[in-house]
Amino acid sequence: MLLLDRETEWSLLMRAALDGDGEAYARFLRSLAHPLRILVGRGLARARLSPGDVEDVVQETLLAIHLKAATWDRSGPIVPWIAAIARHKAVDMLRRRHRRLEVAIDDLVGDWEVAEENAPQITRSELQTLLSRLPDRQQQVIRSISLDGGTIASTASALGISEGAVRVGLHRGLKALADQARKAGS
Amino acid sequence: MRTEDLINALAADPPAVRPGPGALLPLAAGIAIMILGYGILLDARPDIAEAARSAAFILKLAAAALLAVAAAGTLVRLARPGRSIGPWPYALLLPILLLGGGVVATIAGTPASDWGARLVGTNALACLTVIPALAAAPLAGAIVWLRSRAPTRPASVGALAGILAGSLAAVLYGTTCIDDSPLFVATWYLLAIATVAAAGALLGQRFLRW
Repeated sequence: MLLLDRETEWSLLMRAALDGDGEAYARFLRSLAHPLRILVGRGLARARLSPGDVEDVVQETLLAIHLKAATWDRSGPIVPWIAAIARHKAVDMLRRRHRRLEVAIDDLVGDWEVAEENAPQITRSELQTLLSRLPDRQQQVIRSISLDGGTIASTASALGISEGAVRVGLHRGLKALADQARKAGS
Repeated sequence: MRTEDLINALAADPPAVRPGPGALLPLAAGIAIMILGYGILLDARPDIAEAARSAAFILKLAAAALLAVAAAGTLVRLARPGRSIGPWPYALLLPILLLGGGVVATIAGTPASDWGARLVGTNALACLTVIPALAAAPLAGAIVWLRSRAPTRPASVGALAGILAGSLAAVLYGTTCIDDSPLFVATWYLLAIATVAAAGALLGQRFLRW
């Protein structure tokens, strides 16, 4: 994969993900997080937002990419699609903080090749606060899988529900989380 | 929540996307309801065969149909993030120019004393009520369709959905309405479509945020 550029790598992984390859999807999201952080960080740098705000935008962008996956045209390029979603979420954050976007996020696409660093270990993000507003079952499922690193199967047996119910709760919970984030912003 | 934790949750819920035009179903249903409503409540004008040979009648329907095509083309592109719109927004001007040409020809070809009668026509009020009423179902369908997409400009995209629904309704209403003068069409049809566009913009702001 090292020999492929990001466009090729991400569109390959995402195409596999849309065809049902969960492992490719996980790799896609993991390789996306850091470039996204750099991109959003630069776009928001002049607005003097906190690193926590930047990480919130990264998380909301990942969530939007997840929920709007069907809107990527798999015959087209993926980087402009990702950048447009990141830009949309950054503008949303700036509106929340009453600031304006001063650097066009789309222009930074060429600058994505950056050294990998460690992700900032933020302890509390907006999504975490919003998580507590979700129905109990959805909260339990998301916490078990995201914070405790559980699998669908282990979560199902821990909560005493079927794997199908875990999947449904997870998907609905992620959707509700995105809705909460949007409502918090308006 | 660390971003890595969020990714764990997302990765456990991989998107299953069936490619195909399924997302357009709500819009298709809205259009079908509009056509059904037209079939039940309205009738083509009695002289339709004769009217179909008049330039003014053809201009009226062609302008409305062209507006619908331009709005649809722009919408499809705005519905996906990061896709360039290309020249589509300019296509929205074509029907306006077409109607403008018709207005100029009317003004040049008829005495000034006739202009008022042509502008007022026989039933401007029907035009202003029937077009928005017909447009309601396709507008609702378009908003539902767009909710499953990812437009980044909710108000403008909602307004475009209104223009699409309004101009589709105008094509249908145009076959029952006996006013063909470009003066009438440019005033009342466009006003009716603008009303639907305004409603679409409000709906867009309310329902198309993500």
